Amino acid sequence: MQEEKKTIQPSEGDTTLGKITEAEAEQNPQTTVDAKKKKPKRDKRTLLQLFLTFFKIGLFTFGGGYAMIPIIQRETVEKRGWITEDDIVEILAIAESTPGPISVNTATFVGYRTWGVLGAFLATLGLVLPSFGIIFGLFFVYETFNELAVVRYAFWGIRAGVLALIVKAFWTMLRKCPRKVANYLIALVAFVLVAFVGINAVFVLLGSAIVGLVYSIIATKAMRKKEGKK
Amino acid sequence: MIYLELFLTFFKIGLFTFGGGYAMLPLVQAEVATLGWLDEATLVNFVAISESTPGPFAINLATFVGTQVGGILGAVCATVGVILPSFIVILIVAKVYDKFRKSRAVMGVMEGLKPATVGLIAAAVISVGQTALFPGGISLEALASPAIYISLAIFALMTVLAFKKVHPIIIVVISAVVGIGVGFALGL
Repeated sequence: MQEEKKTIQPSEGDTTLGKITEAEAEQNPQTTVDAKKKKPKRDKRTLLQLFLTFFKIGLFTFGGGYAMIPIIQRETVEKRGWITEDDIVEILAIAESTPGPISVNTATFVGYRTWGVLGAFLATLGLVLPSFGIIFGLFFVYETFNELAVVRYAFWGIRAGVLALIVKAFWTMLRKCPRKVANYLIALVAFVLVAFVGINAVFVLLGSAIVGLVYSIIATKAMRKKEGKK
Repeated sequence: MIYLELFLTFFKIGLFTFGGGYAMLPLVQAEVATLGWLDEATLVNFVAISESTPGPFAINLATFVGTQVGGILGAVCATVGVILPSFIVILIVAKVYDKFRKSRAVMGVMEGLKPATVGLIAAAVISVGQTALFPGGISLEALASPAIYISLAIFALMTVLAFKKVHPIIIVVISAVVGIGVGFALGL
């Protein structure tokens, strides 16, 4: 709870409520088998904290995605205790296999775990608002100045730099992908279809999802057959 | 109805963005560029802006395009659209997540999607490469101009820095400074 006091809201109400929560937590030690399922206290203060915590995360994380994970972990596990270390691993696995930005998935998940649908809504809103405000403001700056020579030259250079960033991202993703012939084949086909044939990426994603699904069904059946023979 | 169109387009982008980041570029190009909402160069500029400002790329992009097409209301429609698929899916998955994670079907789908994502980023390299190096299309004229060779030099230098784990913001700033310096020196 020492850390609790150091956070952004040093209001008296905050610390008092924090102490109450802690006291209650001591009265009900987590003796249950499933410690993951413990419910943090559902009061209005927690709702506000969910919003503010994710607002802070949204405001101070650049680039999104995995860059946000250590900060989310510090804010929600270490400072607030809303979720556990294990939950973070679960969330990452889920965020990777569901659509949308990892940060949005995480905010929604943590919010839901802590305070239900309303919590999910407020955590996500908090995460999104800083981006929204900053980009909305920057839009007008960009529109006003992008015809200036200095800005044009800057972005001319930047486009070459962005290309480098994307090449790096490609390399990172390629190395993360399990080294199997099938994977290289899917990647190659997706690349050719999108880059040279002009197929919409949506169809390529749907197609590859179906390929993966069919492959896993066949693999499962083959495995069962083998087990059956034994 | 431009607001509904914004909402639906970004809903689709949100629904098909796995792993986020650059893998969504071909999708954005297909959905947003073909509608004439954003030209290729602006999209690449915007990637740089997004890298240098807080928040996830998808949300930054939705807000930017939404504002351009339909002002503040457009920005809200696009941003809500891009978030909603994640939000709904996570609410459902949060309830059944043990089943979800161990589901063979989900694992199978992901096994197909992951390598496809790699292919999509490779496609983004090609399209962004064209925009960055040959903004006027590939021609003898373009090859004769010094601009392409300087772009290539910036790209090569920044690739080295990127692989040395230099922060993207630093890379954006250095590229901008070089671009300004060379641009004024050569009067491009």
